[in-house]
Amino acid sequence: MSSGQATMRSKEELREKWMKPDVITGSEILLRSLLLEGVDCVFGYPGGAVLFIYDAMHGFTDFNHLLTRHEQGAIHAADGYARATGKPGVCIATSGPGATNLVTGIATAYMDSVPLVVITGNVAQQFIGTDAFQEADITGITMPITKHSYLVRDAADLPRIIHEAFHIANTGRKGPVLIDIPKDVSAQKTTFVPALEPVVIRGYDAPAEPNGEAITAMIQAIQEAERPVILAGGGVVYSGAHNELLEFVTKTNIPVTTTLLGLGGFPSGNELWMGMPGMHGTYTANMAIQNSDLLINIGARFDDRVTMKLEAFAQQAKVIHIDIDPAEIGKNVPTDIGIHGDIKVVLTAVNQAAKPATKAEAWRSLIQANKRDYPLSYEDSEVELKPQWVIEMIHETTNGEAIVSTDVGQHQMWAAQYYKFNQPRSWITSGGLGTMGFGFPSAIGAQMAHPERLVVSINGDGGMQMCAQELAICAINNIPVKVVIINNQVLGMVRQWQEIIYDNRYSHIDLAGSPDFVKLAEAYGVKGFRATNKEEASRAWQEALNTPGPAVVEFVVRKGENVFPMVKAGDSISQMIMGDA
Amino acid sequence: MRKHTIAVIVNDQPGVLQRVSGLFGRRGFNIESITVGQSEEKGLSRMVIVTTSDDKMLDQMSKQLYKLIDVIKVDDISSNPMVARELALIKVTALPERRPEIMGIVDTFRAAVVDIGTESMMVQAVGDTDKIDAMIELMQPYGIVELSRTGVTAMVRGNIK
Repeated sequence: MSSGQATMRSKEELREKWMKPDVITGSEILLRSLLLEGVDCVFGYPGGAVLFIYDAMHGFTDFNHLLTRHEQGAIHAADGYARATGKPGVCIATSGPGATNLVTGIATAYMDSVPLVVITGNVAQQFIGTDAFQEADITGITMPITKHSYLVRDAADLPRIIHEAFHIANTGRKGPVLIDIPKDVSAQKTTFVPALEPVVIRGYDAPAEPNGEAITAMIQAIQEAERPVILAGGGVVYSGAHNELLEFVTKTNIPVTTTLLGLGGFPSGNELWMGMPGMHGTYTANMAIQNSDLLINIGARFDDRVTMKLEAFAQQAKVIHIDIDPAEIGKNVPTDIGIHGDIKVVLTAVNQAAKPATKAEAWRSLIQANKRDYPLSYEDSEVELKPQWVIEMIHETTNGEAIVSTDVGQHQMWAAQYYKFNQPRSWITSGGLGTMGFGFPSAIGAQMAHPERLVVSINGDGGMQMCAQELAICAINNIPVKVVIINNQVLGMVRQWQEIIYDNRYSHIDLAGSPDFVKLAEAYGVKGFRATNKEEASRAWQEALNTPGPAVVEFVVRKGENVFPMVKAGDSISQMIMGDA
Repeated sequence: MRKHTIAVIVNDQPGVLQRVSGLFGRRGFNIESITVGQSEEKGLSRMVIVTTSDDKMLDQMSKQLYKLIDVIKVDDISSNPMVARELALIKVTALPERRPEIMGIVDTFRAAVVDIGTESMMVQAVGDTDKIDAMIELMQPYGIVELSRTGVTAMVRGNIK
């Protein structure tokens, strides 16, 4: 990509360079420790409290540093990097406002169990607690949304803390870890003693071997089930268990639905796949869950957007829940068989004994009939562009092989419904927190992780304006993200709720005053295209794909289009509004 | 909903009380009292939390606490025979003529007078929560000027650790 890229050396060369026991500053210790963790890309934004760190990065080429235009861009990019690779994403921000600008991104990663190592500067220790310039208690502010956090008091602790932070972020239920470094610590000189030993933290253990009795009970339950269903979530992707899931489904012949974060964890072309469940899930998936007598939850957390009204959720089902976080088992839905463990480890054990669900023949036929009779559908138009059609076009032209990131709203649901994923880590979206502004910067992170792959960032006209400034870093670093804007000129999902639930009382959703997105792109030096009908859309998209660098394509779509099926908040997932198509 | 006494062994780190109490607040768990101090092992503190919850909530409490990196062990000690004690300091209005009466209550409760002013006495009471409640109730008529309770600390009886 860009000419300012780090020149990658061999690991041995770098190790020899980093491992010298020099007396160096805390900042240099930080950089060396990051390198020892295998970090190759950091997203950040300098400021007063991290100046020593940035000074240490002057002329530093052993990893890439991407200067975003907003700290929120940096942390969402780190998040996208982590989701696309499975390696912890790293970002750096200064104290006070720099640190607080990260809060949304930390919460986003926490809700979706994404491993991040977040480094913030703080004022010098002597100023902590004095309301000093750009001081904020960021460890206090982020305590409820981090897996763990550190306030570093001594530069000599940095190697251990960095080593622990990466371990904590990326083991067990993954999540963001924050390291707050006061300015005097980043300046403090001390002897660098690298932390290389395996991390041992008392009371924080890897999950034990899965309970064999529970697995036997699970195999038994599958034999007895007449209407079994698998609900697979993000845990399948995070654990790298997609092959094991496919093997499990193939061996048992049980129909499977994947949650929003589970998309890509199971090949969408498989005939046992039923699509996504929940609020905007398919008829087949929702009805299968509701009528099931055995519900096998694999790495999903029974989020309320999946279960909807809990009291009416899968009432006849015996529930099996496999999760790496024991606190999720029984948290929302009472569980008959709980299996605590890493999904890959558990499924590997299960697969050794798994046999076909032989009593479920009629059930499978019913599901195939439902798939045939109630597919996702929309009324196409030759006059106006339909957003669903745009997504289908993107899917077809990319052979379903792109990494797709989305922002939050209607376009996100259409992308989830109409782009069919076959590989894990190809789908990057903010599920738990539903963070607008996430889509575009997360795509930048994914592209930094996979320079060779096609990355498509699908946004609405609302969310695009929450982090549009990051077009600059695509332009100057030649990061070839293809940015799609589904422009319906309103806050579409809010409009949909106001129409369906609030009796057409459209309150403050008109995005009039939005920029000309083509000109906006061009203002940053990025190629921009606009399309208002199918012919323009195909051509503009093709041109964008043929553009070697970044490109923005604005699809002006029908304004009043809604996402269907839909289940209203408070209703059960069988109370589906199917739409007019 | 029942009252539970939970002992939590935590790393003696800055902010650990905030992590634990913050978790309770955020997840909607109730805290009736929380005490924290050194444990038998250097570097570890023992927190004793008294809470009212049903079984499901109690299970969640324990599991969520275990997710905190600084939490090492969580025990519902009220499921065992236990000793639970609280300390209270009660400053009560006590003109010389009322003092014998007050002393009578103090003796009955095996409490102690730890300070005497010209118009007040400070009483120290140690015992389970019911005893402290009773003591306070009896002191009320004399006029409680100031009251400070520590909250409960507790331990399982016998050789069980």
